[in-house]
Amino acid sequence: MSSVHLNNIVKRFGAVTAVQKTSLEIQEGAFVTLLGPSGCGKTTNLRMIAGLLDPTEGEILIDGKRVNDVPIHKRNLGLVFQNYALFPHKTVAENVAFGLKYRDVPSSDISRRVTEALELVQLPDVGERYPKELSGGQQQRIALARAIVIEPDVLLLDEPLSALDANLREDMRVELKRIQERIGVTTVFVTHDQSEALAMSDQIVVMSAGRVEQVGAPEEVYNTPASEFVANFLGASNILAAECKSRSAEGVELETPIFGKLVVPAEKAPNLGGAGPAKLVIRAEKLLVAAKDAAAPDGVISVPATIEAVDYQGQAVRYFVRAGEAQLQAINMIDQRPFAAGDEVNLRLRPIDCAALPDQ
Amino acid sequence: MGGTMGWHLLRGWTVLVYLFMFLPVAVVVLLSFNASQFGSFPMTGFSFRWFVELANNDAILRAFQTSFVLGLMTAAISTTLGVLASLALVRYRVPGSNYISTLLIAPILVPEVVLAVALLLFLNFLGINKSFTLLLFGHVIFTLPFVILVVQARLVSIKRDIEEAAMSLGASPRQTFFQITLPLMLPAVLAGALFAFTISFDDITGTLFWKPGGVETVPTQIFAMLRNSISPEINALGTVMILLTVGLPLLGMGIARTLSQKRGG
Repeated sequence: MSSVHLNNIVKRFGAVTAVQKTSLEIQEGAFVTLLGPSGCGKTTNLRMIAGLLDPTEGEILIDGKRVNDVPIHKRNLGLVFQNYALFPHKTVAENVAFGLKYRDVPSSDISRRVTEALELVQLPDVGERYPKELSGGQQQRIALARAIVIEPDVLLLDEPLSALDANLREDMRVELKRIQERIGVTTVFVTHDQSEALAMSDQIVVMSAGRVEQVGAPEEVYNTPASEFVANFLGASNILAAECKSRSAEGVELETPIFGKLVVPAEKAPNLGGAGPAKLVIRAEKLLVAAKDAAAPDGVISVPATIEAVDYQGQAVRYFVRAGEAQLQAINMIDQRPFAAGDEVNLRLRPIDCAALPDQ
Repeated sequence: MGGTMGWHLLRGWTVLVYLFMFLPVAVVVLLSFNASQFGSFPMTGFSFRWFVELANNDAILRAFQTSFVLGLMTAAISTTLGVLASLALVRYRVPGSNYISTLLIAPILVPEVVLAVALLLFLNFLGINKSFTLLLFGHVIFTLPFVILVVQARLVSIKRDIEEAAMSLGASPRQTFFQITLPLMLPAVLAGALFAFTISFDDITGTLFWKPGGVETVPTQIFAMLRNSISPEINALGTVMILLTVGLPLLGMGIARTLSQKRGG
């Protein structure tokens, strides 16, 4: 178990800059997710920590020691790939034992530790089989067993669930988190799937175009996005142009053409300085579509709107709503029957559910 | 039905083509067991006589020995170079790797006579005489492309992930090669070595140009014997050659298949 530090890391491939001046602190034992769309530099960062790529600039520290010049096979890391990367010519037990051969582990201990690792991933009876005789999910468990049996300082997971089908992916998500908590290893997880990131992480590092957009706990990143990119990437958000009137201890007062004046709690607008142009961020599920004649409770803003399109999703429904000049998205649970396109409705919003950003 | 008729014709035609290709070979094999001195039908009796004479013919035994040594050395050198070249071309970013790849494959595309004469003239120019080493050198040049093609194709299909996983577990690049990469590409390496051996064993054009005086390989020995007379011994020799050049690759393919099945492919 070790901490990982990236100090001003830059990675260029020829003329392309894949990672721009990134600094990151990963605490001992934490489960940290690098989240972002493809090409955002998350995998490049992971591969630099692993030692599969050399940073162009900056330092990588594992447990406080600079490892830039330490080759991958001396870093004691567990690495799990999207495509399992098991050795096809070795049995499952030989696969899991592989890393132990290069450590001073007495041969009597090797078989015991292999058995323990296979039990940990709940596949105790497949040791004699070859990887191709196992299903994708089983192969990924073996890959995980192979990576953790060496008791790595850091566990690096490169989109390990992406190749599995949807149901299995959710099971494996729970399983992976259970194993990580049990052995307490510092884990860096790379994914482009926001629900994986939100469900599993202690901390999420949202990346875009080689840059870190925001670092924070899942609720923090989800509820208080630090940039328009984060607001759009995690869940569905409505981002409206607004004018910041003033900032006080209780909150920031914003004015928008649709919702008029409203006060957003100060902690949900950490980067907004004072008066000036701003952006109001409204999560699609915080925007409630209500019948036109129903009265709104206190502290709730209510504005008239028209439903333009309805996207039925089973337990929830996504409305595309026209309010004044803007088209907004609202994702609501279905109460009895959803509204239909063309219905005149009221849009309800609680200011405390909003977040505000400076206008970039 | 016209359709059925067409199929019958096609089938008949196919049989004729195969007969045209393989009948001469079959005749050679058949006549090698003929008891009579003159290779003609009807056969006068079944006998291993010509094989025995073959085994007592010093010139042929020497030629066999030369061919074997030459073939084995060619296979060893070509396979080693081919594996190294494939690794460099597939796994490392070598400047101009496309051109190098084409250059290495080029000997297949150039007519063998041209290659043979060119190498000879070049070495003359350098003042180097014909020798067994030169012959070996020549054989390596035109068997190398086959090894590279086969090994490269296999190497491309071995995911880099697998090697990276091995290194992350503590294997050095060299240990990774011997533990992971080499075993996974072994079928292709063996196939390449077999190719190299058979092609070298079979070759006559280049060998005629490059061999020093007094050295004969099996093909050049047969060629020399044919110039004097058509002895039934040649039929026997032909049969042995067919067995070797057809049997060895088949055997190799069989072994490769069993290996890859056992290892879970």
